[in-house]
Amino acid sequence: MFDDIGNLMHGFAVVLQPQNILLMVVGIVLGVIVGVLPGLGGANGVAILLPLTFSMSPTSAIIMLSCIYWGALFGGAITSILFNIPGEPWSVATTFDGYPMAQQGKAGEALTAAFTSSFVGALFAVIMITLVAPLVASFALRFGPAEIFSVYFLAFCSFVGLSKEPPFKTVASMMIGFALGAVGLDQMTGQLRLTFGSETLIGGFDFLIAVIGLFGIGEILLTMEEGLSFRGKSAKIDLKVVIKTWKELPKYWMLSLRSCLIGCWMGISPAGATPASFMSYGIAKRISKRGNNFGKGEIEGVIAPETAAHAAGTAALLPMLSLGVPGSPTAAVLLGGLLIWGLQPGPLLFVEQTEFVWGLIASMYMGNLVGLIVVLTCVPLFAAILRIPFSVIAPIILVLCAIGAYTVHNNTFDVVMMLVFGVVGYFMKKANYPLAPMVLAIVLGDKAEVSLRQALLGSQGNLGVFFSNALVSTVMTLALIALFWPIIQNGLGRLRGKGAAAPAQ
Amino acid sequence: MSDTAHESGGAGPSHRSVEAGVAVVVAAVGLITVLGSLKVGIGWGDEGPKAGFFPFYIGLAIIISSVINLYQLFTVADDGAVFATWDQIYKVLTVVIPTAIYVAVIPYSGIYVASALLIGLFMMWLGKYSVLVAIPTAIAVPIFFFITFERWFLVPLPKGPIEKLLGF
Amino acid sequence: MSVTSRILSFGAAAVVGAAFAIAPAAAWEPTHPVEIIVPAGTGGGADQMARTMQGIITKHNLSKQPVVVINKSGGAGGEGFLDVKNSKGNDHKLIITLSNLFTTPMATGIPFSWKDMTPVAMMALDEFILWTNAEKPYKTVKDYVDAIKAAPDNTFKMGGTGSKQEDQIITVALQKATGKKMIYIPQAGGGAVAVQLVGNHVDSTVNNPIEAVAHWRAGKLNPLCVFDSKKLDYSEKISGDKSWADIPTCKSAGLDVEYVMLRGYFMPPGVSKDAVAYYIDMFKKVRETPEWKKLMSDGAFNTTFMVGDEYAKWVANAEKVHEDLMKEAGFLAAKSN
Repeated sequence: MFDDIGNLMHGFAVVLQPQNILLMVVGIVLGVIVGVLPGLGGANGVAILLPLTFSMSPTSAIIMLSCIYWGALFGGAITSILFNIPGEPWSVATTFDGYPMAQQGKAGEALTAAFTSSFVGALFAVIMITLVAPLVASFALRFGPAEIFSVYFLAFCSFVGLSKEPPFKTVASMMIGFALGAVGLDQMTGQLRLTFGSETLIGGFDFLIAVIGLFGIGEILLTMEEGLSFRGKSAKIDLKVVIKTWKELPKYWMLSLRSCLIGCWMGISPAGATPASFMSYGIAKRISKRGNNFGKGEIEGVIAPETAAHAAGTAALLPMLSLGVPGSPTAAVLLGGLLIWGLQPGPLLFVEQTEFVWGLIASMYMGNLVGLIVVLTCVPLFAAILRIPFSVIAPIILVLCAIGAYTVHNNTFDVVMMLVFGVVGYFMKKANYPLAPMVLAIVLGDKAEVSLRQALLGSQGNLGVFFSNALVSTVMTLALIALFWPIIQNGLGRLRGKGAAAPAQ
Repeated sequence: MSDTAHESGGAGPSHRSVEAGVAVVVAAVGLITVLGSLKVGIGWGDEGPKAGFFPFYIGLAIIISSVINLYQLFTVADDGAVFATWDQIYKVLTVVIPTAIYVAVIPYSGIYVASALLIGLFMMWLGKYSVLVAIPTAIAVPIFFFITFERWFLVPLPKGPIEKLLGF
Repeated sequence: MSVTSRILSFGAAAVVGAAFAIAPAAAWEPTHPVEIIVPAGTGGGADQMARTMQGIITKHNLSKQPVVVINKSGGAGGEGFLDVKNSKGNDHKLIITLSNLFTTPMATGIPFSWKDMTPVAMMALDEFILWTNAEKPYKTVKDYVDAIKAAPDNTFKMGGTGSKQEDQIITVALQKATGKKMIYIPQAGGGAVAVQLVGNHVDSTVNNPIEAVAHWRAGKLNPLCVFDSKKLDYSEKISGDKSWADIPTCKSAGLDVEYVMLRGYFMPPGVSKDAVAYYIDMFKKVRETPEWKKLMSDGAFNTTFMVGDEYAKWVANAEKVHEDLMKEAGFLAAKSN
């Protein structure tokens, strides 16, 4: 343990060299650009820049690349809040309250809350990595298909039953999401399904195309219908908003702590940042006193998903380093980078490459801090984008959406699909179908399906596999409690009403 | 979004008929899913549950919930709300139609030329900007994207005859 | 126009394109950026190889034009292959292959074949090794095969990447050799497969060397045998006193299964001969760089290099082998799809 602290201090010494600090700032700025332009996800950005880092030392290279990663994570929140276009799966939940806030003229507050929460989440996860890395890595090994499925199941259960829309519209919406997610190649059997012989459908419906269409284009159509202006664009925006928001944030410490814990746990179990953000949002909505206000521009609804997503995104680097399993496409590219520099991720990385590992961990602390400073200074600038008249910004957003949709598979058909999703999103929203369950199902549906089928295949169809050990039983039970929570709460309330001794909670 | 009828000034298609239409389309999606699943098999095979196992039940759930939605729609009295006024629909179409054309020409003209036209026309037609403002913006934005994507990040986007003429 | 277009800069980390590279003797040269299509996702073996080559080409100024890597992984890579097939005569497009060159059209019916493309060069062959968890009592192939034979069908679980692809083909061949059925559990990526084995959620895997080597060195996994016709070349110690070269071939250990995976390049149909010659020349230079040699030894690759007719003949033969194995396993797509 003391060795580790010493190593970490040494790591800081490496990271704080002027040259490395410069790389950090460059990395963050590039990352933010990559995160804001929907055509360049974090994975793309890192992949494209990877070859350029071969001439650097591995430590410098990983500092720059991981800063691109942080920058892209920060950047993803910007488009979610300003334009309702989540660039990455884990930014979807941020749009639910972030975009309404921006429309009410509170873009500055939403951005500050999002950036600060990201920082808190990531910091919490880094501290956890510093203190308990080896322990955590062995925990990740306990996740087989059944355990992974139980985690996805928990994510779904803690999110459904949330929306105010009619229940059967929620079901229909989520099921359509599952159906869309199923199109293309079935990973388990290597068979094409629901493609009906079409060559353009073999790639399936990518989440990004659906989201860019449903949220981004759909929102432009809704705005058009209401007349040519973004509401509340006149809000005064300057750096004071950061300080003002910061004064508010400490009172949400309980929410932050809970979101950090959810994030870390989901990051280590290989489920990742997306279920973490949805789950954290869902639980926050149920527990918060202001739960009914979620979805209408509630700051808690920005803090919860952002904190959890970043805690998870950061915690996911641990299994990558110690087991060689990437938690996200971006992590997968970073992993490739490690191999190219001759570093073998695995249990021995922490023993053999101490300088590199602790340099990386130190750069996580510093990179996040530098990132926070960079993006916070730019809050007024980002928020000012909303002042551009709609008739100028709308076609530019359309172009950005088209670029984003094209680059997912380098396919012009996807751009057509994007517009179709946009029109569908307009109709669904106006006909009172919630979009969030559909998006959740597109993102996680096929993964959940695959792990369920893997588990059933392994047990030869025996459902007992989902209650076969303490870990999986606990998670499944938690999920069922989450699913039936309204009923349970109701029951408890009645017990109390009768004056019976209800258990605490 | 149940407050759509607040601008009840104009006439338009009734909310109820559009919602019924949406429910029917949703049910059709469910039916397609069921049929597609049956084609790949919905039972238990060597690889565990077959490829259509899941989507089959998903499709059924879509059809059932859509039928319930339809039923509920027609059991309450029609409140006479409009889905959107004709004027609003016209405004939405002013975005949808140019975007549809934009999307359709990308494979032939490349994305940059199409984007310049979209931005320029949108600004002049809907934003009532003068040519002097619209044209420079329409040219500058695609050039910015070109430099960012093609040159810095080496992400090739669709290009057409004009780019070819310039040697890209 | 091409002078400005060649300048690539990235703030402090500027690496300037090869404006003054020594021109190869070949008459043909690329006039705009060269695309390498990867018919698989980011982070996999083919992707890593393509991106490493991109880095080597940039670093050593082997091309006047930038090289761009593009992933088209939809439909088990079918999307990427269809793109190349439909880019007739495009001298600026290459595709790196893995076994899905053969397995995807056979298993899914997506209409393409290597004959629709122009073969360029075989860069290497990727090896497959039979791995078990080190906590299990199997020290040799014989121990493991005996255990499989002693148990009823569907007792042992094999983890692998993808469905009806190389890992499952090897599994089917193993089943044939042992006479017992195994449960094949497909995962999305090779790293995840190895971790499922370390966590004891499956009984064995056929991971590529690079996917499992870290766990071997940590003493978590044991390599039992390699599915090649000869032992591996690399005699540097990896785990304890064992090196890659100490792993017996499966055939010599009594398990008659052989399989290697092509890592090679193809181009669209109808490209010029000069362009093909240019890329072959470039690949030869890539093979001489230290970075490439390091990639080869890290991944314990078989470094066979082939071009021209020899390469085409090898591919034709490999296709036949895949067709036989897949037909036997019942993996061929129904004709109606």
